Amino acid sequence: MKGSSQKLAPYLFIGPSIILLTLFSLLPILLALVISFTDMDLSGLVNYDSIRFIGLENYTNVLLDPSFIKSLGNTLFFVIIGVPLVLIFSLSIAILINMGKSRAFKIFRVVFYLPSVTNVVAVAVVWSYLYNPTLGLFNYVLGLMNLGPVPWLTDPTVAKVSLIVLAVWRGIGLNMIIFIAAIKGIPGSYYEAAQLDGANTWQQIRYITLPQLRYAIFFVSITTMIGWLQFFEEPFVMTKGKPLDGTLTASLFIYNNGFQFSKFGYAAAGSFILFFAIIAVTLIQFRLQNKAES
Amino acid sequence: MNVRTAVQQARANTRSGEKTFQWFVATLLTVGGLLMVLPFAWMILSSFKTEGEVTQIPPTIWPQHFTLDNFKLLFDSMAFGTYLTNTLIIVLASFFGLFLNAMAGYGFAKFQFKGKGFLFYLVLATMMIPGQVTMIPVYLILNQMGLTNSMLGIVLPGLVGAFAIFLFRQFMSDIPEELLEATRLDGAGEFRTFLQIVLPISTPIIAVQAILTFIGGWNSFLWPLIIANDEKLYTLSVGLSLLKGQNESQFALQMAGSTFMVVPIMIIFIVFQKYIIENYTISGIK
Repeated sequence: MKGSSQKLAPYLFIGPSIILLTLFSLLPILLALVISFTDMDLSGLVNYDSIRFIGLENYTNVLLDPSFIKSLGNTLFFVIIGVPLVLIFSLSIAILINMGKSRAFKIFRVVFYLPSVTNVVAVAVVWSYLYNPTLGLFNYVLGLMNLGPVPWLTDPTVAKVSLIVLAVWRGIGLNMIIFIAAIKGIPGSYYEAAQLDGANTWQQIRYITLPQLRYAIFFVSITTMIGWLQFFEEPFVMTKGKPLDGTLTASLFIYNNGFQFSKFGYAAAGSFILFFAIIAVTLIQFRLQNKAES
Repeated sequence: MNVRTAVQQARANTRSGEKTFQWFVATLLTVGGLLMVLPFAWMILSSFKTEGEVTQIPPTIWPQHFTLDNFKLLFDSMAFGTYLTNTLIIVLASFFGLFLNAMAGYGFAKFQFKGKGFLFYLVLATMMIPGQVTMIPVYLILNQMGLTNSMLGIVLPGLVGAFAIFLFRQFMSDIPEELLEATRLDGAGEFRTFLQIVLPISTPIIAVQAILTFIGGWNSFLWPLIIANDEKLYTLSVGLSLLKGQNESQFALQMAGSTFMVVPIMIIFIVFQKYIIENYTISGIK
């Protein structure tokens, strides 16, 4: 009796989680693959008989869809500009905070981390107000300095940059914490030896801190990049992809097609193309990292 | 002369330079820090201004006529009370999810069973699947189960998470085997051992996960947005995005809604930040 309950126990502990993860994570990915080869839409939701298997048609159509191509271009723009900015800012701030000798520097950790934990919708609403062309604080301050108003959210290219500014502001905190943790792991004796050799602060950062942070930098650049490839909430709340699809991201395109236009098959195909793009970019990153190692 | 005294001497030589440098770093961080909190300060101050004052040029910094009308409006003519209730229900449900995560973490940490390795890799694999790919099929699955437009449909997909299971497993692996054996010899069942021995020992990791779970539940947006058609099921985030869409020019009202969403999280975060930051220090990079 005792023996059989011992055998069953682990399955009872992991069971609920395994069932939920299978139902809402593993099964969906197979289902998405199947749906992406069909023309499933709102009518297919009511009547399964109306769903037709159409092979690769969704994939060829979505790859020729001008707004999908535009969304991929925008997403690439966000990744290329956003990832280095998040890396540079979070790393510099982590190094600066770590240089502080007094306990007061712990307050800076909290201040810089704060935007990361707050609600993204609320933050997007607040920034929309700051970016408002006539009432916004930013254009008012620029006016005080006799600089012309900036079309923060009304010009396709400037709007992309505006969203990047907001997302970098939000993205600094978590990555900074990861860097601070990694810096704390560097043995203090390295710095003492360097100081004996007469190395200045900049040389210590250049030849000890940065090389020792190699893995942390790699980790942050991969997770940040994946995050930017899935960029959704900020453009959804602030611009809805406007103006002229200038801030339409791949995620927003998938959401619109899936839940606004109920083109489930088409959106699923788009989501797989994004998935493959994420895998490809991640593999390239790993390849580059390995090359740099050897 | 040993290393330490040499270093101390080198430090003494540059002490005055060091002091200037410390001030330079502190100033730089203060300027950056002010930029980080500026949007929040502007949000909170604007939420207490009248609608007329918010659209005034030049803008005022401190509210001239301090008013709570914006907050009253959120609850009287908008359904922010309902949104708040829904959000709190989601938070409670996510705490139940946390319990399931802890159970799974314990199962993987302290038992040997058939398929353990395979199942654990399966759990880890779910971390790599992007939300964009699963959101459509999950919607279809919930629709098939008749759970769209229901609280259960909002809550179920996010109930358990691979990362939390992983953290629990890491922590619980260190619980001494003898302790568990002793409890079993006393005749306690497996589940009672878990509740009375394992959970109390795991308080530190549970505390951190609970704070992160609260923040996650409070901020939940995409699923409620997709699954809820009925305003009765909206969360605060969904309600706020709706408020922005419908009251495009009422900025004081929008700032009040944002303040109502952000300030509770800020307070919880500032009170518990030490534990959250330490958790990342422990588990962030290994």
